[in-house]
Amino acid sequence: MKFVKTLAAVAALALAGPALSDGHEPMKVGFIYVGPVGDFGWSYEHDQGRKAIEEAFGDKVETTYLESVPEGPDAERAIRQLAQSGHDLIFTTSFGYMNPTLKVAEQFPDVKFEHATGFKRADNVSVYSGRFYEGRTVLGHIAGHMTETNTIGYIASFPIPEVVRGINSAYLAAKAVNPDVSFKIVWVNTWFDPAKEADAANALIEQGADVIMQHTDSPAAMTIAEEKGIYAFGQASDMKQFGPNARLSSIIDNWGPYYVARTQAVMDGTWESTDTWDGIKPGLTEIGEFSDKIPAEVQASAQAIIDGIVDGSIHSFTGPIKKQDGSDWLAEGERADDGTLLGMNFYVEGIEGELPN
Amino acid sequence: MLILERRPAPSRFLQLATPVLALIATMIAGGILFAFLGKNPVEAIRVIFFDPLFDSYSRSEILVKAAPLVLIATGLAMGFRAGIWNIGAEGQFIIGALTGGAVGLAFYGTDGVWLLPLMALAGALGGCAWAMIPAILKIRFNANEILVSLMLVYVATLLLSAMVSGPLRDPDGFNFPESRQFHDSATLPILMAGTRVHMGILVALGVVVAAYVILARHLLGFQIRLYGQAPRAARFAGVRDHILIATCLGISGALAGLAGLFEAAGPVGQLVPALPAGYGFTAIIVAFLGRLNPLGILLAGLVMALTYIGGETAQFSLQIPAAAISVFQGMLLFFLLAVDVLSTYRLRWQGRRAA
Amino acid sequence: MTVERLTQPVLITLALVALAVFALISGLDPVLLGASIIIAAQPLLLAAIGEMVVEKSGVLNLGVEGMMIIGAIAGFAFAVESGSPWVGFLGAALAGAALALVFGVLTQVLLSNQVATGLALTLFGLGLAALIGQPYSGLKPPAFGSLDIPGLSDLPVVGPLFLSHDAVVYFALGLVIAVWLFLGRSRPGMILRAVGENHAAAHALGYNVIAIRLAAIAFGGACAGLGGAYLSLVRVPQWNEGMTAGAGWIALAIVVFGAWKPWRVMLGAYLFGGVTILQLNLQAANLTPLWLLAFGLFLFAIWRTLTSRAGPIELLLLWLGTIALGTWSAAYPISIQAQYLSMTPYLVTIIVLVVMSADRLRANQNAPASLGQVFHKSG
Repeated sequence: MKFVKTLAAVAALALAGPALSDGHEPMKVGFIYVGPVGDFGWSYEHDQGRKAIEEAFGDKVETTYLESVPEGPDAERAIRQLAQSGHDLIFTTSFGYMNPTLKVAEQFPDVKFEHATGFKRADNVSVYSGRFYEGRTVLGHIAGHMTETNTIGYIASFPIPEVVRGINSAYLAAKAVNPDVSFKIVWVNTWFDPAKEADAANALIEQGADVIMQHTDSPAAMTIAEEKGIYAFGQASDMKQFGPNARLSSIIDNWGPYYVARTQAVMDGTWESTDTWDGIKPGLTEIGEFSDKIPAEVQASAQAIIDGIVDGSIHSFTGPIKKQDGSDWLAEGERADDGTLLGMNFYVEGIEGELPN
Repeated sequence: MLILERRPAPSRFLQLATPVLALIATMIAGGILFAFLGKNPVEAIRVIFFDPLFDSYSRSEILVKAAPLVLIATGLAMGFRAGIWNIGAEGQFIIGALTGGAVGLAFYGTDGVWLLPLMALAGALGGCAWAMIPAILKIRFNANEILVSLMLVYVATLLLSAMVSGPLRDPDGFNFPESRQFHDSATLPILMAGTRVHMGILVALGVVVAAYVILARHLLGFQIRLYGQAPRAARFAGVRDHILIATCLGISGALAGLAGLFEAAGPVGQLVPALPAGYGFTAIIVAFLGRLNPLGILLAGLVMALTYIGGETAQFSLQIPAAAISVFQGMLLFFLLAVDVLSTYRLRWQGRRAA
Repeated sequence: MTVERLTQPVLITLALVALAVFALISGLDPVLLGASIIIAAQPLLLAAIGEMVVEKSGVLNLGVEGMMIIGAIAGFAFAVESGSPWVGFLGAALAGAALALVFGVLTQVLLSNQVATGLALTLFGLGLAALIGQPYSGLKPPAFGSLDIPGLSDLPVVGPLFLSHDAVVYFALGLVIAVWLFLGRSRPGMILRAVGENHAAAHALGYNVIAIRLAAIAFGGACAGLGGAYLSLVRVPQWNEGMTAGAGWIALAIVVFGAWKPWRVMLGAYLFGGVTILQLNLQAANLTPLWLLAFGLFLFAIWRTLTSRAGPIELLLLWLGTIALGTWSAAYPISIQAQYLSMTPYLVTIIVLVVMSADRLRANQNAPASLGQVFHKSG
């Protein structure tokens, strides 16, 4: 499903774009990844996006990547080396690259930079991210239906707004279809530690969870869910091969179309610094195929939510919603504004436990 | 059979020649590795070892990368010579960045030339205090300093992460776990425009010279060497081991803390969870490659930094996987450690003796 | 001393009972908890018991992490290629031993520094494993089922806790017994310890110090390799770059924690696994970590009471403190940043290390005297 979509987008763009191959040097596009390309999660999906560029433009582009670049002092050099070696467009694909990207961008005004998940821009630095919480609304809906113990386990990485947003939207969606549902949340304090994620999954299962959601990058929890015969969702990547029976659906970060579009913009000379926060509608956040374990009517209602998000009739955070402490947040029918969502640091009413802060 | 026989004194010539030998051996073995991966071995070796030397920006980055390694390794070498094994420099590095950085953040927006020295002092004191934990536990309870200092690395990493997502978090940063960026007076001055070569590099050079003088000329250096070779004799000679343990760990902690602050207030410019890049551990290897001699450490730190910079270049220009680069670095270390024996021992052919 | 000898098993039993009661009142299932802890402890136990033998022979190999990760990928690759997890474990042991021998040759034959060589080994192992592992990410290893004994494994409590594990769990237990017998009761074991105590004397007695140490190093590597393979084949089970995530370092700490005694090393591995698992379970059960602290204090109070070393005032304070902390954590559950929770295992190790080392006589009894020293025949 994902590939079909990507290919379609790619083909459309390739046809639409003007022919460029008139003896120019190929355009050089560089990528900085925080993990190895084989992590089957975050960096893997960005690399799929890179491949989409190669597929779309063939020998008109030349792509390069640096993998496993730590977010510390080495990041700036890595980015700069790409800029210096004649890359025209550079994607820095982790939050921690934000300030290094801006520093390098200042020194290379002619190079275009794209930074994922950050919030600082410049004339030659765009930011982009996915509204993954929209996907979690869909997954939360499915999870609320599928749980028999009314307990959903959630493996969370760090208490940053992105993750808190995901927990809240999943909880609201699950609660809406199953008033008795409760979330058990474990903070593992890492994005990637398969053994710890597996242990966390086990702990949650022992606490009665029969559906696991995760906001960490490795497929370990999926593997455990498969072994224990419960359900889980793919995160960042589809992860089907790790849990053919356990996987209900997934949130897929589908960067390909965005990457292709931005490359095209640089080729056309129409590139501008933008702030992109795309969800399900533009296809940046993609919901993986539904498993046939999900009853048909739930599949239909989940699809209805997807359609609703696409046509704008549904928003993940629509009032009335109270905060965990009982204070009002959103009035009846009110929708959360992006500013609040971007800085979200509270649980919504009904989630047990305190947000570590 | 072939046996090793201790030389009366280490061979001067071989001390200089063995690292070259190791480099050549690494180039051959690494070349085979890269050929096996389908890359042109000659080109790969050239990119890793030579290209960075002919590119001005890469040269400046070698200095940036080598500075913390040299600074930490110099401090560690003093302790290692005395047989005191601080392998938790990574933790002291982090705490130094944290305490020094916290001072910078506390005076956010305040101008003044006094701020950086104050931060440096706080960083050094922080690192020193963190190293005092294993020191005191060793002195008072005889706890093994290798393990205590190692455990404290994990505690420090987590403390940094807790601090930048808690009290030191950027108030305008959407709750992301990182501090504000240091303002100008809290950032190390850049020595060469357009690069990241900062003041800390000069300080590191100064520390190398000072350490060399102390080890060679000062009473403390004598005590350290004596204690490392013969602790009992040292005690008779008036060395008080409690004080020596505390001094060695304290100095190495302070230098690691200083390195941490320089990294935070220099190339990174803020406190981030990913600040520790393994310098504390790599520095241990650098200390040994430099034969625990400050000048040797300076050279070893530069070579180590060269392989990092060259490795990154090889990764993107030849698409050699990052993993292959670390295998290559591992081989270099093995060869360097292996041939080191030749300078203190000589190989001799000898008939088998009856046991 | 005799009082202590008697109270040790009593203490451990009491601690376990207390843990079970604590788990029960916190809404955790002690049986499931126990089973999870056993799984989490295996990689640590295997690596630590191997490293213990290495250290007993007088060698400090800090490259455990590197050997574990090599074992993880080798085990995974052999298992996937052959379709049999047994072949995987065998391959992991061989690969771990092979890598360990690189360290052995460097430190024993070429007399390089053990600390530096061990660290280099970790660097090399992590890189090599990642390189070999590239084609293996995203694959599933063949299943390694538990050894269910018909009838017995279904027994309540005892079944899931002791009788339904995979073969490696029993193997590790056997290994602990074997190492215990070997070091304490056999002649080769005595020789190995002698080499670790005083290599010059052992050499003078005609023992081949280098050969014995090389054998110990290879054994340590094989054990670390098995520990790594347990991660990639059983505990997670999949291959990921850097998946050992520091377990090798913990194994090193456990050896000291266990005072170079096999049974204590085993206890240490279980305690470490226990703290990790408990920490996650407490979160899942929505309990504040203060509970854990109160519980720790409770155990400490029992220990001080039973060993009857403390004065009445200290005991009174300890028990009052325990009750106060327990009540407080029940009354005001406060949240703590997850990072502080994650620190607990490391802090506990330091505390235990201090408590243990403080008793100079006991600590020094077992620490190999020549640990980490270079041996050369000419002295």
